[in-house]
Amino acid sequence: MNIGLLAPELYQLLLILALFAASLFADKDKGDPLWLPGAAIAGVFVCAASMGARGVLFYDAYQVDGLSQFFKLAVSIGYAVTVLNALNQPTLEKEKRTDYYMLLGMSAWGLMLLASSVELITLYLALELSSYSLYALIPLRKGDPRAAEAGVKYILFGAMVTAIALYGLSYVMASQHTTYIAALVGKPWSFTAAPMAVVGLTLFLGGFFYKLALFPFHFWAPDVYQGASNETASYVATVPKLGAVVVLVRLAALLTPGMEITNILALLGAVSMTFGNLAALAQKDLKRLLGYSSVAHAGYVMLGLVSGTAAGLAAAVFYSLVYLLMNLTCFFVICKVSDGGENVQLNDLCGLYKRAPMLAMVLAVGAFALVGLPPTAGFTGKLFLLTSVWEHGYNWLVIVAVLNTAISIYYYLSMVRHAYTKEENLDGPVIKISPVNAALAGALAIAVLLLGVMPGSMYDLAKAAGQGLLP
Amino acid sequence: MADPGYPVLSFLIFFPLVAAVWLFFVKSDGFVRAFTLVAGFLEMLIAMPLFGFKLGVAKFQFVEFHDWLPDLGMSYNLGLDGLSLFMVMLTALMLPLCVLCSWTYIKKRVKEFHFCLLLMTSACIGVFASLDFVLFYIFWEAMLIPMYLLIAVWGGPERRYASLKFFLYTLAGSTLLLAAIVAFRHAGGSFSIPELMQGNYSFKFQFWTFLAMALAFAIKVPMFPFHTWLPAAHVQAPSAGSVLLAAVLLKMGTYGFLRFCLPLAPAASVYFAPMMIAISIASILYGGLIALGQKDVKKLIAYSSVAHMGFVTLGIFLFNLRGVEGAIMQMLNHGITTGALFMMIGLIYERSHSREIADNQGLGKYMPAFMFMWGLFSFSSFGFPGTNSFVGEILVLVGAFQENLWAAFLAVPGAMLAAAYMLRLLQRMTWGSPSSFKKKTWTDMSGREWLYLIPLAVLVFYIGLAPTLALKTIDPSIEKVLADLSAKNQALGFSKEMSLAELMRLPAPAANVRLAEADETTQTPAP
Repeated sequence: MNIGLLAPELYQLLLILALFAASLFADKDKGDPLWLPGAAIAGVFVCAASMGARGVLFYDAYQVDGLSQFFKLAVSIGYAVTVLNALNQPTLEKEKRTDYYMLLGMSAWGLMLLASSVELITLYLALELSSYSLYALIPLRKGDPRAAEAGVKYILFGAMVTAIALYGLSYVMASQHTTYIAALVGKPWSFTAAPMAVVGLTLFLGGFFYKLALFPFHFWAPDVYQGASNETASYVATVPKLGAVVVLVRLAALLTPGMEITNILALLGAVSMTFGNLAALAQKDLKRLLGYSSVAHAGYVMLGLVSGTAAGLAAAVFYSLVYLLMNLTCFFVICKVSDGGENVQLNDLCGLYKRAPMLAMVLAVGAFALVGLPPTAGFTGKLFLLTSVWEHGYNWLVIVAVLNTAISIYYYLSMVRHAYTKEENLDGPVIKISPVNAALAGALAIAVLLLGVMPGSMYDLAKAAGQGLLP
Repeated sequence: MADPGYPVLSFLIFFPLVAAVWLFFVKSDGFVRAFTLVAGFLEMLIAMPLFGFKLGVAKFQFVEFHDWLPDLGMSYNLGLDGLSLFMVMLTALMLPLCVLCSWTYIKKRVKEFHFCLLLMTSACIGVFASLDFVLFYIFWEAMLIPMYLLIAVWGGPERRYASLKFFLYTLAGSTLLLAAIVAFRHAGGSFSIPELMQGNYSFKFQFWTFLAMALAFAIKVPMFPFHTWLPAAHVQAPSAGSVLLAAVLLKMGTYGFLRFCLPLAPAASVYFAPMMIAISIASILYGGLIALGQKDVKKLIAYSSVAHMGFVTLGIFLFNLRGVEGAIMQMLNHGITTGALFMMIGLIYERSHSREIADNQGLGKYMPAFMFMWGLFSFSSFGFPGTNSFVGEILVLVGAFQENLWAAFLAVPGAMLAAAYMLRLLQRMTWGSPSSFKKKTWTDMSGREWLYLIPLAVLVFYIGLAPTLALKTIDPSIEKVLADLSAKNQALGFSKEMSLAELMRLPAPAANVRLAEADETTQTPAP
């Protein structure tokens, strides 16, 4: 067994152990461990360095391939940005901070394992590993009962969906006699040939739809985002979605257009984007707004999964990275605008262009990217999705998706409108941001623009990942 | 074509972007203005090699080609032909003029204003110069953001409403265009426009893609039922914003019809032509009649734009040389004349702080220079012989009489209406009483104001009296578009007498039609 294949996971595990040691022995009143940001950024480089690793481990249950390495890189980027963002979190007591980062790290570690799992039970274990730490993270918001409410909601929903997924798993095992995805590919997946397996897989997918907040498993998203602290919400809204996408991409290799399960995916995608966008129109709380927007974006990702082509999977992979970046960008601005960690309403953005010109511009880039306006990455990602699915039996889904852009523009634009054109609150307190934060915000915005203008190299990586599954 | 030694179109697109980034490091407001003005003149200098455009050839010139994302058939492909050349020149000319006409008009957030102006210029040139469908779409959409900000931040009292309406309308319209682009990618195997033009598509495909594209373009033009965003946006936008809207943005719609609908969906274009002609005539008459009843100068000019653009779309869907010539000339002329009128409205607004006719009347005695220029552009606006618009309108009408007597008869009153509303406005502003002139605070035109109106006045007469050069420039491209259109329709077996059900069964011809002139500029790498 080549231990070098596991470099990203091992590095993350070391990080967690170091945080664990620090939480036991270090002086707790100091607050944030100062070495952590550097260590988290180093993790990104470790993942980037092992992009080319390929191999199979643990009795074929754990596969290191293009797809898994791409997602490990994305998860590590997400973790590093979240750590930088969560420094000096106003709603978190100092003595809890080390534990907070440790739990975040555990969750990210679980997602990394998830990216490489190619056996259904391993998948399930990795998924739970990443979820359990989130159950503990969400209520961590000082003096806010809504956080506890959000935590309870997340746990109850999560437990319920896990039960359903496990139930589905039992059907798949009973009917197909294997839990290895590689072996499942060769089995029949139409309802006439294997009804039990189709029902089972659909239920099993439900577990990941829950993570992705796809309709009708989305009910938790707006409430949890609203209740959790801004910094926690920025993690919950972005990084765990990657884990769901990677599993769906792996399982989508089983599907071809026209199958019952593929039709269900397409239908849920269409309903999810329409419902998410319509519900977001009415939101005033920015985190709720982004919550519904994430429901809509979960729908867009389905476009790539139903096409049954390598290009479609590559588009879904690429889009999930874009989704991560543009949401992190928006959440980052929300965290910085929030004074003392309260929730940010749309009206709190008024006059932002004057109080914090840098943040206003970064927010505009993030919001326009979420709409899918060129020249941002949101547009490129959407273009890849639309191109991949056209003429594969789901043209109607393309039409629904582009029409949804028209619905969604209103609420994304209203973020920019409040920041740039409302004249109220111009003399409000100027928002000071540290040079590090300014650099991070700028880097996120530039990344969103660069991926939009020059998507070539990232798309090649995504394509390699897609072709690894569907040659 | 003399080789200028640098990629002209890329420079035209990226120079304003670079200047916009530089603008961040400029501190004082005065210097921001001067800096952008210099950038504007440089932009015009960069555009100089465009005068080396070779006459008498239909193929694309100034072509630039770089791979962008070959996997998906995306490329960075720029080029100009007779359809787009004048639009690029006009856009480059408008940048310094817009800076000049906003010199005292814009008082707040000066740096951001000029930032938006520069972004607009870059995106607009990109729209006209792109030969790749995705690249085109990127510029087409990117242009919305600075235009939105121009209206929403520096506009009149109802700017928030107007800007939102503008954004929602135009974005909603272009979403289906994206679906059409994706569909063409599959049917034609590429995003490259010259390559797609070579292809033939089944009637059913053309039918749906035409509708998707036409919706986007009709909203942008704007054509009659989709025009409601325009008066709101025009009235609320600051002077420079209105100028850019009128001179450049509206042309994108008609340019889209010429560049995409006619070559890519030729049979559907002919099939829908009666409807498009009817809508155009409705726009001409409706725009004219509504303009007749306006009390607000800016609104009047905005509705006159609807009417003028009606002439453009009418000319395009006649499918004869005169009609399309007239349409392109009218696109250029409307940009020059209406652009100038909007600048002058900004000029007088700075003095009267009102756009009502009643607050700006009786100026003939006190501001002779202003009224002279206003009169000149008003005459140009209703197509007085000797001015530029006459050339455009007469060509469209000649084309209409050749093609369809009824359409032509219905369009003529439109031309008369234009004279009615412009003369009514001119009369009130010159001799209306009581005069709203205030001795202490109002002055006649200043040197700076002369400076930005003179170039446009010269163009009014130059094109009005000597249109031959302009027509020679655009003719080969138009002939190619029209010849390709009929060749493709013949190959498809399309005829106007067939019923829709029959047409829908027409498959795409097996072999590609030999087009009027093989485009040597299609630099696609060998598959």
